[in-house]
Amino acid sequence: MSFQAFVFYVLSAILVFAGVRVITAKNPVHAALFLVLAFFTASGHWLLLQSEFLAISLVLVYVGAVMVLFLFVVMMLDIDFEQLREGFWRNLPVAGTVAAIMVAEMVLILTSPESNLNGFKEPAALAADYSNVKDLGRQIYTTYLYPFELAAVLLLLAIVAAIALTMRKRKDTKWVDPAEQVKVRRNDRVRMIQMAAEPRVEDRGGDTNNDNAAA
Amino acid sequence: MLTLTHYLVLAAILFAISVLGIFLNRKNVIVLLMAIELMLLAVNYNFIAFSHYLSDTAGQIFVFFILTVAAAESAIGLAILVVLFRNLRTINVEDLGSLKG
Amino acid sequence: MEMKSLYLLIALAPLAGSAIAGLLGWAIGRVAAHLVTIGGVAVSAVGAVYVLNGLLNGAPTFDGPVYTWLTVGGIDYSVGFLIDNLTAMMMVVVTSVSLMVHIYTIGYMHEDPGYQRFFSYISLFTFSMLMLVMSNNFIQLFFGWEAVGLVSYLLIGFWFKKPTAIFANLKAFLVNRVGDFGFLLGIGMVLAYFGGSLHYADVFAAAPGLATKTVQIFPGVEWSLMTVTCILLFIGAMGKSAQFPLHVWLPDSMEGPTPISALIHAATMVTAGIFMVSRMSPLFELSDTALSFILVIGSITALFMGFLGIIQNDIKRVVAYSTLSQLGYMTVALGVSAYPVAVFHLMTHAFFKALLFLGAGSVIMGMHHEQDMRRMGGLWKYMPVTWFTSLLGSLALIGTPFFAGFYSKDSIIEAVAASHIPGSSFAYFAVVAGVFITAFYSFRMYFLVFHGEERFRHVHHDDHHGHHDDHGHGHAHVPHESPWVVTLPLVLLAIPSVIIGFIAIEPMLFGDFFKNVIFINHEAHPVMEELAHEFHGAVGMGVHSLSTLPFWLALGGVATAWLFYMKAPQIPAMFKAKLGAIHTLLENKYYLDDIYFGVFAKGSRGLGTLLWKVGDQLLIDGLLVNGSAKVVGAFSAVVRKLQTGFIYSYATAMIIGVLGLMTIWFSGLIAH
Repeated sequence: MSFQAFVFYVLSAILVFAGVRVITAKNPVHAALFLVLAFFTASGHWLLLQSEFLAISLVLVYVGAVMVLFLFVVMMLDIDFEQLREGFWRNLPVAGTVAAIMVAEMVLILTSPESNLNGFKEPAALAADYSNVKDLGRQIYTTYLYPFELAAVLLLLAIVAAIALTMRKRKDTKWVDPAEQVKVRRNDRVRMIQMAAEPRVEDRGGDTNNDNAAA
Repeated sequence: MLTLTHYLVLAAILFAISVLGIFLNRKNVIVLLMAIELMLLAVNYNFIAFSHYLSDTAGQIFVFFILTVAAAESAIGLAILVVLFRNLRTINVEDLGSLKG
Repeated sequence: MEMKSLYLLIALAPLAGSAIAGLLGWAIGRVAAHLVTIGGVAVSAVGAVYVLNGLLNGAPTFDGPVYTWLTVGGIDYSVGFLIDNLTAMMMVVVTSVSLMVHIYTIGYMHEDPGYQRFFSYISLFTFSMLMLVMSNNFIQLFFGWEAVGLVSYLLIGFWFKKPTAIFANLKAFLVNRVGDFGFLLGIGMVLAYFGGSLHYADVFAAAPGLATKTVQIFPGVEWSLMTVTCILLFIGAMGKSAQFPLHVWLPDSMEGPTPISALIHAATMVTAGIFMVSRMSPLFELSDTALSFILVIGSITALFMGFLGIIQNDIKRVVAYSTLSQLGYMTVALGVSAYPVAVFHLMTHAFFKALLFLGAGSVIMGMHHEQDMRRMGGLWKYMPVTWFTSLLGSLALIGTPFFAGFYSKDSIIEAVAASHIPGSSFAYFAVVAGVFITAFYSFRMYFLVFHGEERFRHVHHDDHHGHHDDHGHGHAHVPHESPWVVTLPLVLLAIPSVIIGFIAIEPMLFGDFFKNVIFINHEAHPVMEELAHEFHGAVGMGVHSLSTLPFWLALGGVATAWLFYMKAPQIPAMFKAKLGAIHTLLENKYYLDDIYFGVFAKGSRGLGTLLWKVGDQLLIDGLLVNGSAKVVGAFSAVVRKLQTGFIYSYATAMIIGVLGLMTIWFSGLIAH
């Protein structure tokens, strides 16, 4: 067994374990952390497959961003996770059967001589000055320029959508609307009142009366 | 000697685990979303593996885009989740039945 | 002025008047409305007289298009004028009677709230009738035909708040539809077989070559093309000219105001059928079968409608039945190929029947909108002008020598006597017997209305103030003479009623007036030649008639009427008691109305109800519309169970789907 195979099997074991823990962990925080582990392991696999750029991206995007997002959400929301786990094992027989059939079928398909997947031989070693990042970059900015730009717009859209969805106006904050301020007219603010002058009352303070009239 | 089949079988197992997760965590939307991420990871495994064994970087480009979409998806998904929780004080899928026909 | 412009002016002046009075009547007021419409018709009348005068003095016949409406598949649908002697004569009759009626209406409709509307309608009628008679093609003829029908419908139902009027106009419209259906089929036959043109000249030119052609209307039955076409066209005339058995609408049309009864339902529109057959004489001459058919229909109408006139008590209905009978006479004349005589009678009848109707209207006004003759009598003292003009009209109607009606009616009788086509002997009997009957009911009406006891004095006041008798309240019901706008038309119509026959018989029947206009196959139908042979001047004809049967029959009719209704009023009552069955038969108008209601109206209503209930409600609404909705609903009720609204249900379904797809792919691989 070569070193590569050894690494592969070790990583695979970790990956499967992490995957199982993601779906069975009682605490969603643990689940998220196991997901991080799974992605991390996957990135190791991808290095084996000589996709360095994507391996690093996976770590950066998922471990650095998405998982943090998950953790934030899990911790920010006050959720009773025990209640959500009710009936957790009840579906296991069906779920297990489906999953088992799926794995069995896929393995049968993948290993079937008809599929002839073994026909794919290990490719020749890459040149020493080959750069995976350079290669991808060239392709993204030439052949896949339009999809790339679309992807950029998609991300922008996701940002806008996420903000728009979660933003709320709080009632207790004080804020001004500039448009309302600009278009105000005198009559909106000042009311002219005609009223007869009050006769002077000597024996009263008189201040309160004057205040009311001014309003 | 590692072959393409190794990676693909691993991806299949990962996929099946995700399916299992969707079945088991039927009430918890957060874990559901995580399971979906795992599923996408399994798909990405396929792309990367084929890309390697075919010496064609197009597969990696695809993964690149899938990562983009997946990131956008989880951002919006979690945003929806936050709004949902804010309005209903729950993320229990069984309480979210207003689409019932 | 160029002639075409003049013709256009004649036709369009009444239309302009109608449009102004109808659309702007609310703004311009009553006086302006009647001035503008009378002005329009007066322009037409003067123009028509000018045109007729020109033609009589040798001006050429005009036949030309005015405006091409559309051209489809090589067939030209155009507006065009054919102005010959027949047209010009009709134009003069139409416009002059219309002018009289317009003037008369000022008085008759004085208090009516629909004053402007009425003027608009009758001017519109004048336009439509002019378009009908001036047409040079079948399409325009049909347009005019339908337009006069429409105006007739509008005018019969003029008092649209009166249920009987609405019933009557609907009836008129529907019965005319029956006739128009035949007419339209006839035009279709013309279009299909006569060279693909609707132009009169083309059709008439093509007709002789088709005289022996046969067509299969139903498989296996060969019919003469000419006969089928002519009978179909004549069915149109039967509707419009109220020939048996499509006459039922005309008596009911008396629900309309009296001026239009005079104009439309006596003088002009109902004669459109007569005019049309005369115009189509080159076609009708080619089919003896069609002519016999016309003759028999006309004879039945002339005789049996006269019988009905005897028992009517409504003054307008008597005149209406008399109109039917006289239309029958004209049709008989057509049937024996005496088209000029028919047109001649049409003209004289237009004048004296309009006069009689307007006289009746004047009486109705004088009696404060009372129409029952049993409540009249002795009116000659109170309404002298009306009395005298009505007397002249009645004399003209019954064919008193030297009066207009005499010349035309006697010519018809002689023409029938000279004819030998099948049915002419029955027709002869009918028209001769008709003379007696005409005289009887005419003078029955005359005596009942103008002479005898003043029965209106006995009428209990409350009896008849049900309908529109509001101004009769305060004072006693003493009749009064009508205003000058009413009597002037009476006088103006009385003049031609007396003299037009004497003047016109020689040029119209025996001169060149209808040469090249009306075509008569003299070899097959030598009626006109025989008439000419026996004719020795208008005076001679009048003198000679004193020794003929019709004159004595007419005299006998008058005498009988005098005996029954002046001398011995118990006799009619006795007859009524003795001949109850016949009286009942007449009272019910030969049960034709009942048959129509029972069979056609009820039948079509039943059919309609059936289609409504079964076709519409059950099949379309129930099965197709609601049924499909219900199917969708039922299906949805099942399908909606699938929509639990829970995300995991959808996720599960997706996963199962993926599993299924994988399994299919897998089994595909295994199979290899």
